[in-house]
Amino acid sequence: MTSSLLALSDLHVTFSTRRGLVEAVRGVTLSLGEGEMLGLVGESGSGKSVTGFAITRLLDVAGRITGGHILFRGQDITKIPDSDFRGLQGTAMAMIFQNPRAALNPIRAIGEQIADAISAHRPMARGQARAETLRLLRAVQIRDPEQRLTAYPHELSGGMCQRVMIAMAISCNPALLIADEPTTGLDVTTQRVVLELLTGIAADRGMATILITHDLGLAARYCHRVVVMEQGRLVEEAEPKILFRAPRHPYTKRLVAASPTASSRISDLVADEERGPCVAVRVAPRPPPEPGTPPLLEVQKLAKRFDQGPPAVADFSMMINPGESVGLVGESGSGKSTTSRMICRLIDPSEGAINFAGQSIGHIPARDFHRSPFRKDIQIVFQDPNDSLNPRFTAFDCIAHPLLRLCGIRSGGDLRQRVEECAERVGLPLDLLTRFPHQLSGGQKARVGIARAIACRPRLLVLDEPTAALDVSVQAVVLQLLDRLRREDDLAFLFVSHDLNVVRMMCDRTIVLRNGRIVEQGDSRAMFDNPQTAYTRELVEAVPHIETRLAATAT
Amino acid sequence: MTGATLRHAGWILRGNPLTGVAAAGVLLLMFIAIAGPSIVPYDPIVSDVPHALVPPSAAHLAGTDQLGRDVFSRLIVAARLDLAIAVSAVGISFAIGAVIGAICGYAGGRLDRSVGRLVDVLMAFPLFVLAMAMVAAFGNRVENIVIATAFINLPFYIRFARAEVNVRRNLGWVEAARACGDSHLSVVLRFLLPNVLPAMAVQISLNLGWAILNAAGLSFIGLGVKPPTPEWGIMVAEGARFISAGKWWLVAFPGLALMLAVLCFNLLGDGVRDILDPRMRT
Repeated sequence: MTSSLLALSDLHVTFSTRRGLVEAVRGVTLSLGEGEMLGLVGESGSGKSVTGFAITRLLDVAGRITGGHILFRGQDITKIPDSDFRGLQGTAMAMIFQNPRAALNPIRAIGEQIADAISAHRPMARGQARAETLRLLRAVQIRDPEQRLTAYPHELSGGMCQRVMIAMAISCNPALLIADEPTTGLDVTTQRVVLELLTGIAADRGMATILITHDLGLAARYCHRVVVMEQGRLVEEAEPKILFRAPRHPYTKRLVAASPTASSRISDLVADEERGPCVAVRVAPRPPPEPGTPPLLEVQKLAKRFDQGPPAVADFSMMINPGESVGLVGESGSGKSTTSRMICRLIDPSEGAINFAGQSIGHIPARDFHRSPFRKDIQIVFQDPNDSLNPRFTAFDCIAHPLLRLCGIRSGGDLRQRVEECAERVGLPLDLLTRFPHQLSGGQKARVGIARAIACRPRLLVLDEPTAALDVSVQAVVLQLLDRLRREDDLAFLFVSHDLNVVRMMCDRTIVLRNGRIVEQGDSRAMFDNPQTAYTRELVEAVPHIETRLAATAT
Repeated sequence: MTGATLRHAGWILRGNPLTGVAAAGVLLLMFIAIAGPSIVPYDPIVSDVPHALVPPSAAHLAGTDQLGRDVFSRLIVAARLDLAIAVSAVGISFAIGAVIGAICGYAGGRLDRSVGRLVDVLMAFPLFVLAMAMVAAFGNRVENIVIATAFINLPFYIRFARAEVNVRRNLGWVEAARACGDSHLSVVLRFLLPNVLPAMAVQISLNLGWAILNAAGLSFIGLGVKPPTPEWGIMVAEGARFISAGKWWLVAFPGLALMLAVLCFNLLGDGVRDILDPRMRT
C-alpha cells in the first residue's frame, strides 16, 4: 500500500527490566490507510498497547524502539527529534486511554482542559477558544455543553469523561487516532454509545483510527480490518468477518473459540493449555433433597440504604434451589455488588429477610456472622484476582485459611492433604502452593481464589464478576472449571456479572437489576433471546458479538 | 524463602548502596550499645581532675571534659542509654498507635472521626514543649522520658496506620478474610496490620532518629537524664559552657554522634521498606 498513512515495518520495542531485556514487540509490520479503522487485538502482554505507545512516542523510560521503522505520511518518525515530534502529537496523531477519569486532570474544569488542548497547537483568543470548545463538546454529543464547560472530571460519568477525552483528541483534527482500550471498564450500553460516536467522528473527518482492544467482538463490530497480536508478534491480519469465521493461525483460533457468544455453551469454549492436572472430586455426594424442603436461599424484599440518596437496593426478592445457577446482571451502580454482599452476609441489609435452607440468617448481624454455622455454607469468589489474595499469604495459606477457621482442621498433615485436594480440584499445580500472589499469573490467582471458596464445601457460592479481570482464554478455563465444580458438588451459584454472554452460558435463570430494582427475571436463554423490557433489550443489543460461530469446531 | 529474601535484599542494596552503609552504621551502633561499657578504655564516671580539658590525643581520642573524664568513653557508654530510650519509646508508640490507627481506619465512622480530632488536638501543641511539660510534671526520670517521647510520637503512628489501612479496607482479600470466618478485629490484627508493616517500617526508622534527638534535647535542657550519667544531650549541654573557651571537642563529638545516629536511621528507612515489601520481590 503506497498511499498508507502509517506504516510500521519490522518494529521492535525492548524494555530493560530487573531481569534483563524484555522484547515486548518483536517485528510488527502493518500499514494503515487514510480514514481506515484498524483493530489491534490481543490478550494482556501481547504488546498491543506498547505498539500504540511506540507510534505516539509515549513509551516509558525503560522502553526503547530497538529496530524497524514507523513511517507516518512517508516520514520515518523514529528518526525525527523530539521537538519536531511534538508538532505531530495532537495535530497529526492523538491518543485516548483506557481510564478516562485518570487521564483527565482532576482539578481543572473540562472546558479549560479542552481549551488547553486546542491552544497548545493553535494559539487563539479566549473567546474563540471557548467557542471552539463548545463546538467540540457538541461534536462528542455532550448535552448542555455551556454548563458542562465548568464541570470537573469527578462530576461526570465514565462515559462522559471518555467523550471529553475524544473531544480533546480531535481538537486539532489529527489524521490518526489511537484508542487504547477506550471502553474497558465502561458499561456495555455506554461502550456502545462511545464507540459509535468515535466511529462516526472518524468517518466524518476521514480520521484513521487504531482501536486497541482485548475484545474480539468489539473489534469485529467496529473495525474494517483486524490484526491479532500474540507475544509481541503479529499473527494474523484480515477483515473481521473472515478472521472470525475462518481464523487461520492457531492462536486466533484459540482466541475466537474462547470468546463466548450469544449461542455458545460452556463446553464450546476451548480452553488453553494452562490447565493443570484437574482431579475429579472424591467428595461424598450430598443426599438428594427431600421433597418439601425449602429452597436453599430465599430472599424477601431485601433493601439497602446508605447514608443519603436513593436506596442502593430496594424490594429485592429471589430464591435459589440447591445446585441451581442464578445470574445477576446490571450495569455499574445497579446494586448487584451490594446485593451479593448482603446475601453473603458481609454487610447488613436495611430491611428484608434472608433465609438459608429454611432458617433465617438475615437477622444475624454481619459483624457476628463469622461465628454462624452457615458461614462455611455461603462463600464468595471476588472480582479481581489481583486484590483478592492477601499479599503476605502464600497460595497454601490462602486455601488453608477457611479450613482452619471454618472447618476446624487443626493437624498439619490433615490440613496439607485438604489444601492439596482443593488445589487439585481447581487444577492448580501443587508446586505453586508455596508462591506468593504476586508470583502467580492472573489465571492462577483466580484458581487460588476459587479453591479457597470451595475449600469448606459451601452450598452456595456467590461469584462477583469472577472473570471480569481475566483474558478471554483464561476466562474460558475458569468458567469451565466453575461449571464442573458446580456439577460435581451440587453447588448453587449466584453469578454476578455484567457480561451477558457469560451469564447466558453459566446460569439457568437470570435477574436483571437496574438502579437497585429488579427489572426482569426468567430463564436465561429465553430472556436474552426475547427480552420483555426495553432495558434488557438495550443491554442485549449493546453486547458486541463475533457474528459467526463456525470457529469453535475448527480446533 | 530465606535465600530469596537475602537475594532480594542484595538486589536492593546494589541499587541503593547508602542503605547498606546506613545498615552497617545502625549495626555498629547496636554493637556499641550492647558491648559499650566493657570495651571502653576509661571509666566514664570517675573524674580525673589533673587531666581536665585535654584536647583529643592518642590517649584520649576525643579529649577529656572539665572533670577529666574521657569523652570517647562517655560517648560509647551513652549509646546504650540513648538507644534504649529511643527504641522503647518508638516501640511503645508504634504498638499502641498502629493498633488504634488500624482500628480507626478499618471501622471509619464516628470512632474514626473522634480519634482523628483528638490526634489533631494533640498535634496542635508544640510537641517538644508537650514532652517537656510531661517530664516536668511526672518527674525527671528515664521512664518518664520514654513515656513522654512515646506519647508525642503517637499521633504520627495513628495517622499513618489509619491511612494505610483505610486504602486497603475494601480490597477483595479483606472481604475474603471475613468470608473465611474472621471477625473484624481479627481481620485488622492478622491481615491488615501485617500488610501495613512495610510502610510503617520507614516511619519507625525515621522516628528512631527523631526519638534519639528528642531524648537528647530533653536532657540538654536539664529535663532528662541527670549528670553524671553519660548521655549525649547532657554532654552537649555541659560542653556548651566551654565553647567560648575554645574547648570544641566537648560539644563536637557528642553532636557528631547524635548526627550520625540520626542520619543512619533515616537512610535506613527507605531501604527497609523495599526489603520488607513482598511485592517488590520477583
